[in-house]
Amino acid sequence: MQDYVLQARDLDILIQVVRAEGFEVMGPVLRDNAIVYDAISTAADLPQGWTDEQEKGTYRVKRRNDGAYFGYAVGPHSWKKFLQLPHRQVWKARSNNSGIQVAEIVDEAPQLAFLGVRSCEMHAIAIQDRVFVDGEYQNDSYTRRRSNIFMVSVNCTSAAASCFCTSMDTGPRVTLPCDLEMTEVIEGETHYFLVGSESYRGARVLQQLPVVPSTQEHEAKAERAVQNAVRQMEKGPRNFDSTDLKELLYRNYESPSWDRVAERCLSCANCTMACPTCFCSTVEDTTDLSGTYAERWERWDSCFTADFTYITGGAVRPDTRTRYRQWMTHKLATWHDQFGSSGCVGCGRCITWCPVGIDLTEEVRKIRELEKINREGP
Amino acid sequence: MVPDSRAVKKTSGKRKLAVWKFASCDGCQLSLLDCEDELLALAGEMEIAYFMEASSHQVEGPYDLSLVEGSITTARDKRRIQQVRAQSRVLVTIGACATAGGIQALRNFSDVEEFTSVVYAHPEYIATLKTSTPVSAHVAVDFELQGCPINKHQLLEVISAFLHRRPPQVPAHSVCVECKIRGNVCVWVADGIPCMGPVTHAGCGALCPGYSRGCYGCYGPKENTNTASLCHWWKKELGADQATIVENLRNYNAAAPVFARESRRQERPDGEK
Ligand code: SF4
Ligand code: SF4
Ligand code: SF4
Ligand code: SF4
Repeated sequence: MQDYVLQARDLDILIQVVRAEGFEVMGPVLRDNAIVYDAISTAADLPQGWTDEQEKGTYRVKRRNDGAYFGYAVGPHSWKKFLQLPHRQVWKARSNNSGIQVAEIVDEAPQLAFLGVRSCEMHAIAIQDRVFVDGEYQNDSYTRRRSNIFMVSVNCTSAAASCFCTSMDTGPRVTLPCDLEMTEVIEGETHYFLVGSESYRGARVLQQLPVVPSTQEHEAKAERAVQNAVRQMEKGPRNFDSTDLKELLYRNYESPSWDRVAERCLSCANCTMACPTCFCSTVEDTTDLSGTYAERWERWDSCFTADFTYITGGAVRPDTRTRYRQWMTHKLATWHDQFGSSGCVGCGRCITWCPVGIDLTEEVRKIRELEKINREGP
Repeated sequence: MVPDSRAVKKTSGKRKLAVWKFASCDGCQLSLLDCEDELLALAGEMEIAYFMEASSHQVEGPYDLSLVEGSITTARDKRRIQQVRAQSRVLVTIGACATAGGIQALRNFSDVEEFTSVVYAHPEYIATLKTSTPVSAHVAVDFELQGCPINKHQLLEVISAFLHRRPPQVPAHSVCVECKIRGNVCVWVADGIPCMGPVTHAGCGALCPGYSRGCYGCYGPKENTNTASLCHWWKKELGADQATIVENLRNYNAAAPVFARESRRQERPDGEK
C-alpha cells in the first residue's frame, strides 16, 4: 500500500470530501466528560488536544500538551450502536375481521462514515459480522447498515491502562481491511497523518486530498508512534498470555473464583452494554389496550439479567455467580468453538465502565492462580 | 422478571377496574389520569368501576383488576386491604408506597411516638401503626409495578397485558441497562458521582444520569441486587460518607428489604462488617 502524507491542518478537507461523497460522518466528540461517538461536521468537532485516563471503574478526560486529534483510547461508546441498534422496532401487526396483517419495519440504513476506528474496534466489527452477516443468526437490519459504512481507521499511538489488544492479537496496528487507514504523527513542529487507502472508495477520497507521497522518514516516524502504544501495553498492568484461555476456563467451571467475583459484581450489565462484541438482544412483544394492534421490538439485552434466561419455571441463571461465569466463559472460551475466534478484542471497556472495577484480565489471573494452588498446594 | 401470567377468565361484558388509595401522595393515580390520550381507549375496554380520584361514581365489586396505590400505615387500612383483596380477581400494586412502604417507611427506622409527640398538639388523636409496610406484607399481590411515581407507559403496558392475558414487558434489570441504551456517559465512572443505578429497577429510562446526576433509587431495587458491594465501592473509591450512603438507601424505597438491610448495616458503628 502506497502511503501519503496529509498535513494535520488539512484534516477537515478529508472530512468534507467524505461528506461530499454522500456519507454522514460519525466520529469522536467530547461530551459529558467523555469521548463518545456522534455526528461530526468539521474537524473542529473532534476532541483535539484531549486524552483520557482509564483504570478499572474510572475514566477521566484530560488536556494533552499537544494538539493531537486522536490522542486517546476508546471511550464508553462503541460503533455497535450504529450497526446493532440498541432498540428498534421489528414489526407491527393489526388484526381485523379478515385476519392479522403483519408489517415488517425496514429501518433506513444511512450511509455513514466511521472516522477514527481503532484496530480493536475493527476486530469487534468483524466479530459481529461473523454473527449477524455470515452466521446462523442473520440480522437484516445489521447487514444493511453494515454494507453502507465507509471506514476510516486510525492506528493507536497511545494506549490507556485498560487496553490489552497486544495480548489478544487485535492491535494496536490496523490489519483488517478498511477504506482509509491513518496514523497521526506529532514530533516537534510537525503534525501530519500518514494515510493509505485499501478500497476503491478510499482511493477516490484520497485523490481529492492535498497529499504528497510519503518518504521513508514519514513512515519510520509513524511506526515509532505505533510502537509507543505497543510498549505502553507490554509494560502495562494487563499484559498476559491469552493462548490457553479456552482450556483454562473449560477446566475451571467450578472454580471458587466465581463465588468471589459474585460477591463484588452488581449484575448491572454495564460490561456487556459497553462491550463492542456483545451482541445479545431480546424481543419484546406488546399490544395496545384494544388488543388489535401489536408491536415487536428488539432491544440490547445481557447475560447479567434474569429475564435473559427466563424459561418456564424460572431463570436458568438466577444468581450472579452463574451470570458472570457465563459472560466470561463465553467471551474467552466458548466463543472460539462457536465463531472461531475469541469474543474479546482487548479494548478494556468492560474494565473501565464496570462501576466496581471488575477486571477480566485479573479474574483470569485469579482463576489460574487458584488452579495452581489446588494442584500444587499453596 | 416475567411474572406469573395466570389466566384471567374472560367474562361477558367489560371488565371492571378499581383504583384504591392507601397512604400515599396520589402521584401514581395521577399517572393514570395523565394517560390523557389513552384514557378514552381504557374506558372503552374496561368499566372504570371505582376510582375516587377521578369520579365519585362507584360501582360495587367484585372487580376484575384492582390497582392499589399507597402503603399500610393504620389498623383501619390493614383491614381495608383485606377487603380490597377479597373483591379483586387480580390485584396490582403501583408505586413505591404500595410496593415498598414509600417515604413514610422512614418511620420504620425510628420511634413513631416520638414524632407524633413533637409534631402534634394532641398526639392522642393520632392512630397510626409503628411501621409503613407494602401491600404485599398483608395480602397476595399479583404484580408489583415499582417507581416513584410509576411510569405511565409501564402502567398502560401492565393493564394491556392484563386485558390480553400476556406477561407485561416490565424488565426488572438495572437502570444501567437503560442508561447505556440511551448512550449516556456513566456519571459514576466518568465523574465519580455515587449512583444507585446498578441496584435500581429500570423503568424511568435513566432520567437522572441523563441530566448528569446520580440515580437515587426511586424505582426501588432491581432483581438480584448487591447493595453491599455498591456501598463498599462508594465508600472506598468514590469517597462517599456514611450520610450519603444511608440517605440514598433511605429514600422512597427505604423499607424495601435489600435497601433496609444495607442501610441498617451501614449505620452500625463497625460499618460494613
Ligand atoms: S470483553 Fe471487555 S475488553 Fe473484551 S472486547 Fe468486550 S469490553 Fe473489550
Ligand atoms: S462485571 Fe461489573 S459491569 Fe459487569 S455486571 Fe458485574 S458489576 Fe456490572
Ligand atoms: S450513570 Fe448510574 S445508571 Fe448510568 S450506567 Fe452509570 S451507574 Fe448505571
Ligand atoms: S432516581 Fe433513579 S430511578 Fe428515579 S428517576 Fe432518577 S434515575 Fe430514575
